[in-house]
Amino acid sequence: MKLARTNRVGEQIIDRRLNGKNKSAVNRQKFIQRFKGQIKKAVTEAMSGRSITDLNRGEKINIPAKDISEPVFGHGSGGKREGIHPGNTDFVSGDRVARPPGGGGSGGKASKSGEGDDDFSFELSRDEFLDIFFEDLELPDLIKTQLAKQVQYKTIRAGYTATGTPSNLNVIRSMKSSLGRRIATRTPYARKLREAEEELAAVLLLESPESPAMPSPRVMALQEEIRKLKSRIRTIPFIDTFDLKYNNRIKQPKPTTQAVMFCLMDVSGSMDEGKKDMAKRFFTLLYLFLTRSYEKIDLVFIRHHTVAKEVDEEEFFYSRETGGTVVSSALQMMYEIIKERYPSSDWNIYGAQASDGDNWTDDSPICRDVLINAIMPHAQYYAYVEITEEGHQGLWREYLAVKRACANFAMQHITSPADIYPVFRKLFQKKLA
Amino acid sequence: MKKRPLSKTSEWTFELIQKYNAEIARVAASYHLDTYPNQIEIITAEQMMDAYSYVGMPVGYGHWSFGKQFLSVEQRYRRGQMGLAYEIVINSNPCIAYLMEENTMMMQALVIAHAAYGHNSFFKGNYLFRTWTDAESIIDYLLFAKNYVAECEQRYGADAVEEILDSCHALMNYGVDRYKRPSRISLHQEQERHKEREDYLQSRINDLWRTLPVKDRPPGAQEEARFPVEPQENLLYFIEKNAPLLEPWQRELVRIARKMAQYFYPQRQTQVMNEGWATFWHYTLINTLYDEGLLTDGFMVEFLQSHTNVIYQPAYTSKYYSGINPYALGFAMMSDIRRICEKPTEEDQRWFPGLANTDWIKSLDFAMRNFKDESFVAQYLSPKLIRDLKLFAVLDDDADNELEISAIHDDRGYQHIRQTLANHYNLGNREPNIQVYNVNRRGDRSLTLRHIQHNRLPLHEGTDQVLKHLMRLWGFTVRLETVYEDGRVSLTHECCKED
Repeated sequence: MKLARTNRVGEQIIDRRLNGKNKSAVNRQKFIQRFKGQIKKAVTEAMSGRSITDLNRGEKINIPAKDISEPVFGHGSGGKREGIHPGNTDFVSGDRVARPPGGGGSGGKASKSGEGDDDFSFELSRDEFLDIFFEDLELPDLIKTQLAKQVQYKTIRAGYTATGTPSNLNVIRSMKSSLGRRIATRTPYARKLREAEEELAAVLLLESPESPAMPSPRVMALQEEIRKLKSRIRTIPFIDTFDLKYNNRIKQPKPTTQAVMFCLMDVSGSMDEGKKDMAKRFFTLLYLFLTRSYEKIDLVFIRHHTVAKEVDEEEFFYSRETGGTVVSSALQMMYEIIKERYPSSDWNIYGAQASDGDNWTDDSPICRDVLINAIMPHAQYYAYVEITEEGHQGLWREYLAVKRACANFAMQHITSPADIYPVFRKLFQKKLA
Repeated sequence: MKKRPLSKTSEWTFELIQKYNAEIARVAASYHLDTYPNQIEIITAEQMMDAYSYVGMPVGYGHWSFGKQFLSVEQRYRRGQMGLAYEIVINSNPCIAYLMEENTMMMQALVIAHAAYGHNSFFKGNYLFRTWTDAESIIDYLLFAKNYVAECEQRYGADAVEEILDSCHALMNYGVDRYKRPSRISLHQEQERHKEREDYLQSRINDLWRTLPVKDRPPGAQEEARFPVEPQENLLYFIEKNAPLLEPWQRELVRIARKMAQYFYPQRQTQVMNEGWATFWHYTLINTLYDEGLLTDGFMVEFLQSHTNVIYQPAYTSKYYSGINPYALGFAMMSDIRRICEKPTEEDQRWFPGLANTDWIKSLDFAMRNFKDESFVAQYLSPKLIRDLKLFAVLDDDADNELEISAIHDDRGYQHIRQTLANHYNLGNREPNIQVYNVNRRGDRSLTLRHIQHNRLPLHEGTDQVLKHLMRLWGFTVRLETVYEDGRVSLTHECCKED
């Protein structure tokens, strides 16, 4: 805030409402930085208890107050102290009363003394929350980032030009240029002037001092020249349109990136609500994570039992079907959609598949082949999570083969909701170069 | 009297604020309130929260503790656990008072009366503020501090600056000269002196640690004189001048923290008086305006409701009780002084012979100028007020397994209650008495503090933490000895330098 200081004696009323209001932002960041360890722990804890649909907002963080206390000298309990309190009803002096529970505090104040150990709590904004939440994670294989169809421009500074609008006038540059021009144009005249003056002095010295009233023609010519040269120098303009320099701003195309995320989920009878919920959490995490890297993200939901179907989000998570399982149907459909709508030259393609590992036995090798031959060459990354408490089945083994063949394929096993975040971290861990 | 109210709705406009302000100024002048010029600023709730977190100042240096403060204010405000304060007013010249845009016209008028005339005249008149703070230069100094800290962060790294400030904050309550008066200097002089001070200090410190043998030492002088010769109460000042290892910029940071502590020292000693004075005057000024017919009845009802909330004093049995409300006590005492001046009872004549039947404006002004909470209570708490508030004293001695009611609001108790309450406001009793006692110059360069115990009150568990901060500034081992009431001395806390 800028303070208008005034020496005027008298009253003034100032409207400060339009002044910046985030003066404390710096200190807020300092605070978060300092207690990053504690905050991170709190964020991770908050995650496990939080419904995934809420992920897109900030979070209330609790840190033990003792961790962030600022110590000062003070008295502890004990000793002898005397306090004054209002509102006496029936005490008379000399009365003795039992010490109230909870404190050697100061007499009647004991009720207050329990409050010191409360947690310090505050809200993290959504961005702060996600920053801490996704810290140390990165998207694999970000190399292919294509320009999106609608190219956006941003204006950047690019040197100076000789033309422009007055508002872009660069005063320092203009004055430099003016000074340079004045020095340059002045120099030849100044040299001639010096020579003429020297010559005049020499001629005057030679000529006899007896006839000062009648200077020789040479002297008159020189004096005339000096006069002319001086006026030439005088007429060099202080500033010329030629000197004016303007800040130049050019438009630069700003790459906007786009990605498509395929969510594949098994909805056969063996996937119960609990498993679906875990899958949903995983998808949401991935989606949030992608939103941090891409400006535009398309979501494609494919659910399958024996046949695959592209659905909207609502249906994807909430409707229920039963029946057998043919995973390859979904993979085939994903491949069709990529070919049709998301050419990999324009889109970054991410796949996330969740299943309980149950599949029709003969289908698993087909899945492997579809992945290796059709999908993986186009995809940036493909993550498979298997949600099951039982042993792995055929699909897992076949996928292990895919993993060996493709570096951008990852698979993890989840048994309980608490696993989701660690597994997610494992999938996207920053690889040390 | 015919009513011609200034406004009839609760909406405020700039013109209305100006009109109210002019009227309040007129009435304040008629009561001889002497104020700095006012600068009234309209701000938003967010800006109010910003101001809050800088202990009410318009600028401040960057530190995480202000961020923490901000977060907790924001949190409580959002949850609706706390309304933002009516006002923030800054002891500066011109005196800056903030009005929040969300407030009604009544509230703005109340705040103007309370802050811009009440607090303002207190800042200008009270001897502690006159002695300890310089209203002319505080804003400039805050700016200087802010820029200096930012510059240090750039040059030496944010972490290094934060460490020093953390340690200074831990000792801020001990960065105050309680008896010596500081000299006033302007910002310009401050900057000029700053360089000088750096060079000079560095040279002096080196001299303190001189290891060359002193020739003319009398033989047999075994006991070396203590350093400092007299115990020092201002720990930060001592550090700034004598800590052996601090860099010049670190000394300057210590100085900044010390200056801030000094600036806020009077506020901490005059809470009851300052709030009581401001509350008394907003009440008196607004009532005067009402009597003149300038305010509507609706305005007055709203005003009285706010006023009553401010001076609410729950009894000790209430779940809302958290000690004596300084607004309530202060307002009651100020009003009581007026009562004693105007309508003294026989009892008042006996207790306050010098006060009864005097001009209340002059007497109140005298009280405001020449007292702090401790002496104010000791001087002016009347038996009638003790009865009205039903005050009683509780003695809590850990050698006794029960509490004792040592006095109540009766003839035998008045003096005792008055003195005990006055002691309660004595910062010297509230904070442990800790002073720099000695520096071991020949040996390990350790610093020894002494805590002189009073009423057997021990130090709390945080003491070791504070000593760690002190050690960071001092650079060598720091010890704390406790002096018990029977004269025994023992080493109670130690923070050793790790090598």
